[in-house]
Amino acid sequence: MNEAVERFDENARRAAGAHGRTLIHPGELLRHPVYTRIVHWTSAAFFVASLLSGFAIYTPWMYRWLAPLFGGGPLTRLLHPWFGLGFCIAFTFQILNWLTEMAWTPDDNRWMRRIREYVSNTDKTEPDYVGFFNAGQKAYFWAIAVSLILFLISGIPMWFPRTFGRITVDIGYVVHDIAALVMLAGFVIHIYEGTAAQPGTFRSMTRGTVEDRWARTHHPAWWRRTRS
Amino acid sequence: MPTGTLQIKAISGHAGSNPGAGVQRENEVCKYIDVTTCIGCKACEVACVEWNDMPFQQTSFDNTYQTMPDTDWNYWNLIKFHEYQPENGNLMWLMRKHQCMHCEDPGCLRACPADGAIVQYTNGIVDFQQENCIGCQYCVSGCPFDIPKFNSLTKKVYKCTLCSDRVGQGLEPACIKACPTGCLKFGTKDDMRGLAEKRAAQLRDVSGFKNAGVYDPPSINGTHVIYVLHDATEPERYGGLPKTPVIPPTYTIWKHIAKPIGLALTLLAIPAAFFHYITQGPKEPQPPPDGPTREVQR
Repeated sequence: MNEAVERFDENARRAAGAHGRTLIHPGELLRHPVYTRIVHWTSAAFFVASLLSGFAIYTPWMYRWLAPLFGGGPLTRLLHPWFGLGFCIAFTFQILNWLTEMAWTPDDNRWMRRIREYVSNTDKTEPDYVGFFNAGQKAYFWAIAVSLILFLISGIPMWFPRTFGRITVDIGYVVHDIAALVMLAGFVIHIYEGTAAQPGTFRSMTRGTVEDRWARTHHPAWWRRTRS
Repeated sequence: MPTGTLQIKAISGHAGSNPGAGVQRENEVCKYIDVTTCIGCKACEVACVEWNDMPFQQTSFDNTYQTMPDTDWNYWNLIKFHEYQPENGNLMWLMRKHQCMHCEDPGCLRACPADGAIVQYTNGIVDFQQENCIGCQYCVSGCPFDIPKFNSLTKKVYKCTLCSDRVGQGLEPACIKACPTGCLKFGTKDDMRGLAEKRAAQLRDVSGFKNAGVYDPPSINGTHVIYVLHDATEPERYGGLPKTPVIPPTYTIWKHIAKPIGLALTLLAIPAAFFHYITQGPKEPQPPPDGPTREVQR
């Protein structure tokens, strides 16, 4: 199974690489290849569309001004499930793409115990066992993966309420809601960490490269691996 | 006299009593349905379709005296038919006029997220305002009677209005006007409730229906459509009328607990990130430990 996934990812990366490229200047490291960037931004576009259209449906008294972006209330309701489905499909590719990098290790438990030092910036650099992703990133990734399943199993009955029956749909609303809260909290942190909180990070998802000293600061174990 | 809407409550600089005050004894209206005298003629179905100017539909025959299996977005009123054999060997044809119950505590209204898509008038009528409906169909699962029906073409939900347009002009609903047996009546909630109790007592004392009673479920604070049933202990028998209709507790969890928490999170997460940046600052890439250290004289 893992080999098949790895083979699929490798082919996908090669195919995406044939249509795009990443320039690596001296003193830089390749962080995210073209394929990862495409999958990330496709997921992101569907996610934001789902989020904004979802808000408009969820609480019109506060977010009704979002509905015109999607052509008014009824069309927002019509499009929202499709945006969600698009996100689920796009992110499934990301799950396959990062299955190995995102695997939880005992080092991640060590990281989680030091989360206070991480958040307060007492640690100027990450501990040297931090690899391609730190435990916070992994936690966010798996939270999305779980939420994605919750969204899907609750969203489909909400999409076709007459087919699935009252109880299923009623429980679906609560599950959908909780999944959205988890996603939302994570999403705000994700954007903050990827931009203002850690200068030099955002370019990894746009141009695909990071500075050598960025890698050394934030992902020391990965940095060492690239040099060996 | 418009019912409940335009009755004057107070007038500025006006001496004496308000004109029209006390003309109406009670605001709340009610539809009375005596299933024991319904003959299943379907005049009310036709009157409903005609008054609301909806197209006639192909009926479907399923070996009963029911026009079609269920109500539809453009068919709001249906006589549900059930053949029932009591233990004494008699045969009963149970005919129940099925339409919106206009609950005092409407599940549809509680579930609806769209501003102004469902309103409840002081006279008890629960009305859908399609121009504000976003077609999410939350009302469909919010309703204990499975009444709201979705139109996949207009992407809106429709149901019986209790002829709010007629009632607002002091007329009775179209179905009431059409009923030939008088099993349908329309009036104030108190009057109809009283009439129903009287009829139920008659059924118990004179006609031998020991369990006869009124269906006005207290679990949703009563309805503005009430039934007289031969056997009020088994309302399910009459085409699936729920014994204890309820709005599921998931709505409270969802709307009154999860939703405020969610909104608070939305509003707090962004300032939280902002103040983290202000107080803790960004995590800059560190220079290599063996790199050159520069010193500037300024």
